[in-house]
Amino acid sequence: MSVAAAADRPGTAATAARFSPQWIVGQLSGVVLHIAVIGLTLAWMVPTIGILFTSFRPFTAINSSGWWMALSPPFQFTLDNYSKVLSSSNLGRSFFNSFMISIPATIIPIAIAAFAAYAFAWMKFPLRDWIFLAIVGVLAIPLQLSFVPVLSFFVAHGITPSALPPGLQYLPVWLAHTGYGLPFSIYLLANFFRALPSELFESAEIDGAGTLTVFFRIVLPLSVPALASLVIFQFLWIWNDLLVALIYVGGEPEVAPLTVTLANLTNSYGQGYHLLTAAAFFSMFVPLIVFLSLQRYFVRGILAGSVKG
Amino acid sequence: MDWGAVLSGIPTLVVVIVAVPAVLVAYIVGTEYLVRLLPDAFRPRVRPWIWVGPALVFVFGFLILPAILTAKSSLEDSTGNFVGLLNYQRQLGDFPTGGAWIAIRNNVYWLVLYTLVALGFGLLLAVLFDRVRYETFVKSLIFMPMAISAVALGVIWKFMYWYQPPGVTQTGTVNAFLGLFHVQPQIWVQDPKVDNFAIIAAAVWGITGFAMVILSAALKGIPADLLEAARVDGAGELTIFRRVIFPLMMPTVVVVGTTLVIFALKAFDVVYVMTGGNFETDVLANRMYKLLFFSGNQGGAAAVAMILLAAVVPVLIFNLRQFRAVEARR
Amino acid sequence: MASVTYDHVVKRYTADVTVVKDFNVEIKDKEFMVLVGPSGCGKSTALRMLAGLETVTEGQIRIGERVVNDVAAKDRDIAMVFQSYALYPHMSVYDNMAFPLQMKHTPKAEIDRRVRQASSILGLDNFLKRKPRALSGGQRQRVALGRAIVRNPQVFLLDEPLSNLDAKLRGQTRIELQKLHRDLETTFIYVTHDQVEAMTMGDRIALMYDGILQQVGTPGEVYDHPANLFVAGFIGTPTMNFVPVTTANGSAKASGFDVKLPRSVGEKKAVLGFRPEAVTDRVVEGGNALQMKVDVVERLGSDQFLYGQVGGDQVTARVDPRMQVAVGDTVRLGLDTRSLHLFDSDTEKAML
Repeated sequence: MSVAAAADRPGTAATAARFSPQWIVGQLSGVVLHIAVIGLTLAWMVPTIGILFTSFRPFTAINSSGWWMALSPPFQFTLDNYSKVLSSSNLGRSFFNSFMISIPATIIPIAIAAFAAYAFAWMKFPLRDWIFLAIVGVLAIPLQLSFVPVLSFFVAHGITPSALPPGLQYLPVWLAHTGYGLPFSIYLLANFFRALPSELFESAEIDGAGTLTVFFRIVLPLSVPALASLVIFQFLWIWNDLLVALIYVGGEPEVAPLTVTLANLTNSYGQGYHLLTAAAFFSMFVPLIVFLSLQRYFVRGILAGSVKG
Repeated sequence: MDWGAVLSGIPTLVVVIVAVPAVLVAYIVGTEYLVRLLPDAFRPRVRPWIWVGPALVFVFGFLILPAILTAKSSLEDSTGNFVGLLNYQRQLGDFPTGGAWIAIRNNVYWLVLYTLVALGFGLLLAVLFDRVRYETFVKSLIFMPMAISAVALGVIWKFMYWYQPPGVTQTGTVNAFLGLFHVQPQIWVQDPKVDNFAIIAAAVWGITGFAMVILSAALKGIPADLLEAARVDGAGELTIFRRVIFPLMMPTVVVVGTTLVIFALKAFDVVYVMTGGNFETDVLANRMYKLLFFSGNQGGAAAVAMILLAAVVPVLIFNLRQFRAVEARR
Repeated sequence: MASVTYDHVVKRYTADVTVVKDFNVEIKDKEFMVLVGPSGCGKSTALRMLAGLETVTEGQIRIGERVVNDVAAKDRDIAMVFQSYALYPHMSVYDNMAFPLQMKHTPKAEIDRRVRQASSILGLDNFLKRKPRALSGGQRQRVALGRAIVRNPQVFLLDEPLSNLDAKLRGQTRIELQKLHRDLETTFIYVTHDQVEAMTMGDRIALMYDGILQQVGTPGEVYDHPANLFVAGFIGTPTMNFVPVTTANGSAKASGFDVKLPRSVGEKKAVLGFRPEAVTDRVVEGGNALQMKVDVVERLGSDQFLYGQVGGDQVTARVDPRMQVAVGDTVRLGLDTRSLHLFDSDTEKAML
């Protein structure tokens, strides 16, 4: 029940007599509230709207007037920016590369995390809680600490994009994202698994279900919401990642994902906002769709890691 | 576009998507049959290690061991000889103008401003939005910046901060807005006096939705009975917020706050894209990257990484303790 | 043979936490035995040890002649109904009931037969395809029962199955459970904190307190001849009256009255117990009379209870519903001395 609903009681402004002083104040504060809410939201959207409009404006217009002027005549909208940036830069290829990186790098850690999380949640073994704490504590380690040793190892064993056969060039970044993504995934899933009622497991034990049956026929089906949240969360995180990609994939056009390509564009085009805004919007396309359609799960993923209401 | 390469990549993708879960399931099922060969008493002792095994290997191999090795290399020079704290001395020497000190100063700006502003805005928005019916809709609009990459965010805000010399029509939103009040345009992204704050503002825009969502959930978790009791007791809305709502949200506020501090300390992407760490906007994470890939200074990079770790660990411990306190209340 | 025996069973968690202390009880085949006691008395733990969900620290648990201490839960041939029903939320009613049989690799045709048989006994035929969340509390409970029935176990274990139902449903379900017990002709072991459930449903009741068995007997035995203060106070609503007395010369002297005891117990401090229905408005000439100053009057239609002071002690009386009494009145009540209980102040055991 929201805070506001509780305000609808006798004696509050909501139920004051019409046109009485309290009623007027109530209406005004109601109006003020809506103005504040809508105003803040609109202000918040300005940056995004700005580049959206700009990406459809011709180069000369962009450089001579603010994007808000696009709303008044003469209307000069064009698709040139998009066609130019898609054909001349590496964006198309990068778009595909991002999928090649994100999809496996999402699946592998979550699959491994699911098994480990179940063990942490429902199996007993020595040092279990300490090991779990260590895994969660590892979230503190800035990824930077791991780059040099891991990279050296990869290079020494020929696990690099240039040395690997085509199709497998992304193995280093898949493995890296797996390692980096496991702590949070394990933490999230273990908490979720632990919250399942113990009687479910006891009943299954009495019924004669073994570990495999319990995991695959009871726990996993019941965990679909948590798994969905985690998949979306992890996918967006990897899709939007820059640093890990820079380190383990590098900037070569054949393998660079969208983030790296966009970052390079920003460096090389400086103030060429006609292309940059189009490129930026192109890179935002997939995350925005995933986000808008599956927002519920994304939010649930964040909440599951932080607080229960 | 090289369609040939794209098409040859698709089979790999499919194979990986199918093969990886299949291999893992085979591993678990296969080892289960092996475990069943053991006498009853041994099964529950052996099985957990099989299930956590792969995870432990990855976490150890990609995070723990490398962290230890990096710590070790922070104490070595480029040929691997032990040099004690030399790297740290080199990095942290020439206080206060040395490169690392500027980065540390900036990290402090980040961890104070980024955290407080995002928290404050998040709280404000959570409370305001709770009172309107279209709450879900506006919340998702505020939350949307979380979906985009820091690189895209960097482009968006570089564009917002675009500078044209005074007297010319301003094309950057911020400078144009200031122009309405006859304030001179600023070179937001390159002027050392303001650029850190400009970047932090951009990052706050990206993360406030995160704080808002969590705080909103905590807000809704306050039992309506408590608020009604307070109203019956005669408390006004502001008093209720100050003395009932906010104190009850405090544990969550602390958890969110410490999480934001950790994000602030780890900031890399936004700074990299907007300034590359130049114009005195450098932060430790960027400095480390540059030392590693541009200067080839492994020892120095490791030292900076360790400094970063030293800053993050106490915050994380605090964060976890607070989180357990929130959990325990449930 | 499906009798159940607890033989000096102890459950200890740490050196200072012993939840079940030397529990001894023999439950007969086909009996409906109720384990009753307040929260934390160890009754659920005792049940769970029988189910195989907790290990036994000391002692033996036998099902029939078989010692089951080290037998896995699934091999004990028992079925358990949990307080929260523990239904698999993502499976239909049919699948929930079929699950235990699938674990035993029962052939599909046999599974189908047994599930449908259980479902018709419990009236679930129209719900077989539904998922638990589409069922009411009472229906879910029946599914939990169904899942237990299909296993055809030697013993049914029920852990507070009625707690999550509303009062009206509880009454109905009590009756249904008793019918079920008669039809299935299997041992039922039922755990509850509600003494009304215990009294109405059990063939015998076992009262537990603080991990120790206090008394075992039929409802009648436990009601009329409580072995100690705890049992006397736990069974019966309203609670039995307890009045501190000193005994001498075959009489007990309370602050507000004296009574002659059926036999002499020497001179000691004790607690005299008598149920509210022993204090009525019928004063027999020459019998014991009590003067009560009335504090509270409870009219229930079929009954009337008076709560008040007799001497310095609180007493509850059950009087004729037509008697006119007001708060503050002093009334004269008769004490039926045929149903007196005396408990030693130190040991709390019954002395008469």
